[in-house]
Amino acid sequence: MSDLGRRKFILYGSTGILASLLLKGCAPGGGDKAEAPATPDGGAEPAATESQAGSEDGIKVGILHSLSGTMAISETTVVDAEMLAIDEINAAGGVLGKQIVPVQEDGASDWPTFAEKAAKLIDQDKVATVFGCWTSASRKAVLPVFESKNHMLWYPVQYEGQECSKNVFYTGAAPNQQIEPAVDWLLKNKGKEFFLVGSDYVFPRTANTIIKEQLKVKGGKVSGEDYLPLGDTEVTPIIAKIKAALPNGGVIFNSLNGDSNVSFFKQMQGAGLTPDKYPVMSVSVAEEEVKQIGAEYLKGHYASWNYFQTVESPANDKFVKAFKAKYGEDRVTNDPMEAAYIMVYLWKQAVEKAGSTDLEPVRKAAIGQAMDAPEGKVTMQANHHISKTVRIGEIRDDGLFNIVWSTEGPLDPIPWNQYVKETKGFACDWTDPAKGGKYKA
Amino acid sequence: MGGAITLRVAFGSQNPSIFINIYLENVSTLLEGLFNGLSIGSVLLIAALGLAIVFGLMGVINLAHGELMMLGAYATFVVQNIFKPLGEPWFSLYIIVAIPVAFIISAIMGLILERGAIRFLYGRPLETLLATWGVSLILQQLVRSVSWLLFMAIAIFCLLFFGGMQLIKRRADWSSLKNKAIALLLPLASGVAIAFYYLLNKNTALTKAWFSARNVDVTAPDWLRGGTDALGFQIPYARLFIIALTLLCLLGVYWFLHRSTWGLKIRAVTQNRTMSSCLGIPTDKVDALTFALGSGLAGIAGCAVSLLGSVGPNTGQNYIVDTFMVVVVGGVGNLLGTAIAAMGIGILNYLIGSGTLALILTNMKAPQSVLDLCFFFATSSMAKVLVFALIITFLQIKPAGLFPQKGRTAEL
Repeated sequence: MSDLGRRKFILYGSTGILASLLLKGCAPGGGDKAEAPATPDGGAEPAATESQAGSEDGIKVGILHSLSGTMAISETTVVDAEMLAIDEINAAGGVLGKQIVPVQEDGASDWPTFAEKAAKLIDQDKVATVFGCWTSASRKAVLPVFESKNHMLWYPVQYEGQECSKNVFYTGAAPNQQIEPAVDWLLKNKGKEFFLVGSDYVFPRTANTIIKEQLKVKGGKVSGEDYLPLGDTEVTPIIAKIKAALPNGGVIFNSLNGDSNVSFFKQMQGAGLTPDKYPVMSVSVAEEEVKQIGAEYLKGHYASWNYFQTVESPANDKFVKAFKAKYGEDRVTNDPMEAAYIMVYLWKQAVEKAGSTDLEPVRKAAIGQAMDAPEGKVTMQANHHISKTVRIGEIRDDGLFNIVWSTEGPLDPIPWNQYVKETKGFACDWTDPAKGGKYKA
Repeated sequence: MGGAITLRVAFGSQNPSIFINIYLENVSTLLEGLFNGLSIGSVLLIAALGLAIVFGLMGVINLAHGELMMLGAYATFVVQNIFKPLGEPWFSLYIIVAIPVAFIISAIMGLILERGAIRFLYGRPLETLLATWGVSLILQQLVRSVSWLLFMAIAIFCLLFFGGMQLIKRRADWSSLKNKAIALLLPLASGVAIAFYYLLNKNTALTKAWFSARNVDVTAPDWLRGGTDALGFQIPYARLFIIALTLLCLLGVYWFLHRSTWGLKIRAVTQNRTMSSCLGIPTDKVDALTFALGSGLAGIAGCAVSLLGSVGPNTGQNYIVDTFMVVVVGGVGNLLGTAIAAMGIGILNYLIGSGTLALILTNMKAPQSVLDLCFFFATSSMAKVLVFALIITFLQIKPAGLFPQKGRTAEL
């Protein structure tokens, strides 16, 4: 039955060759006009990036996010925002009279792959800078690459802090620009007893360490904490624990990530934990996630971010309108997307001030760059983080946020946490070579 | 749990006997623990039921089982969206319609899978494992990128290729033509389909993905949200619904396997394929039917878990390990074992993970070292570790699960 004779071999072989020829012939016209594909549906398409990297008078920048794997859902939205900013800048004449040419690489939700692709972007493509990463794990993986090659990464996601690299510009929130104000607000408005829920990896654990220290200082109480493995959907034991620890209601601080959030909110409603008695403050649930979980389950709960789609400012109107025009009316904008959008502009301003794309002058010029971002005024500080306005939003029926509280103006970033013993009193300043990434203030 | 259950152990100073007094200060708390354990177990069971048939009865290691569940969940999503414009009295009933739809869609996909790949691989577990894993990846990518255009291109390919094959099959000299027909039709059909795809590629209405890579939201109808206080503690309606659905499926499968003609045939083929074949049972059809049934049950499970968790391309992967675990612990080829294993694992998981076990042991004045151990494992992620460790230990003692198959079973 399975004797593969010569004749059959020739038959199948020629079939295969014919099919592959057909495939090649049908491939979309040889990269004549290769707009890098920021697919509106978030589909994974890492192809067709190499072809346009050859253009002579462009400035190549790297875009390094997961286009496949678990993190693709979130990271493709950030890619969309970065592509929008690049398109807008190019349409307005580019940087230093040159067009920005994005080179996309797929980190594939795999941390060593991120490091590999970062090295490839730097060595092979000779990019001027890299915009990339989402999870702290991927950032930690690429950090040695950027430091050893003394290159530049722009990182758009809120994170746990405790890091301050010369080679990274952080445009997401440091803990004091998201977690700490949220805890203060909860203590003032919602109660003193906290239950901490998180996914079992570095960000929630570090965030909760900070919260615990902060509550100790401010007179709050942690009644319990629990961690769910990433992707786990069985939250019954956690809900039972919450009920036991807070029989009369209390605050739930949620740093769950990904699919677990959906299960958590769906099952909380079933178990009768309502937002009036058990308000949940989330730090990883934004407009995009609300859409996926269903606003019916989330109504009345809170989230803390620097940006919501409902922020009222001319810059935000413009951003939301441009985004919807490019990717469709049903899309929403959120905090990491906004941070990704503005970091491209901040880099552009730095390059223009420096007058070249050389790394050292751009690094110097970046500090102090300010812009009217959709979230309000932001300024790049000497510690490579940006000052940001902090907001707390309550989830509405339509899945967007009703902003219930915000800081008066932008808050300066503090990367080294002042509640945690090991980093108390430390600061970061890259304008002064004597001080550097971590010095005793 | 605040001292709701007090287990007091009195050690008589001279008397070696142990008096255990169990005070149930609050019966409802115990009931709540049981109910929560059962509700975890019922999710495990409904997810594992289809696998118990496919893996248990047929011996097929189907790694695409989770993806068949995912298809069921997406079917629920589609039905929900169809019912949404109909307004309230109808919308709340969508879940009733979604269950059979999910069953049929997953069953059809299972049938295609069995006819297209698995039937060539019976008795070769390793190849089956690899093939079904590949299928699971294909299905995941399918829901990410399926659009009207892709759908039509696949339909055109199937129509041309399989239609053409059927036409040629009618000729008398079919067997001599077979290879040439494949060599001709395969590139032709794929060529036309690919050309069609690229010709219409610019039409955004056609290329818009149905679901995209993002998760979709399935919102339970009003009567499945919230819960009741009937027994002194909150019982979520969605959990009750899933427990009832699980029971119904279990009874239905039991009835089908043990009381119907086809069930008799399935069991006969399971026990001795060659003999059944000799006695005129169409083993081919039985295989296809069994696989479709198992896949259909996965679809129902997908519909059920969409009430609790997320629906996305990765949904299936969240359940696949647990389902295999349940079937292996229960004893391959035994429905009762599967049911008991699911409930056991569910209750154990709850007792350890919620800290109830640690509390009971505290009240029993267990030695400090044991207590420390219990509190160490009383978090969700550590409870999983302990449950897996216990299962490994259990399988060392009983390698064939709770109810191993006895006697002379047929080679699987």
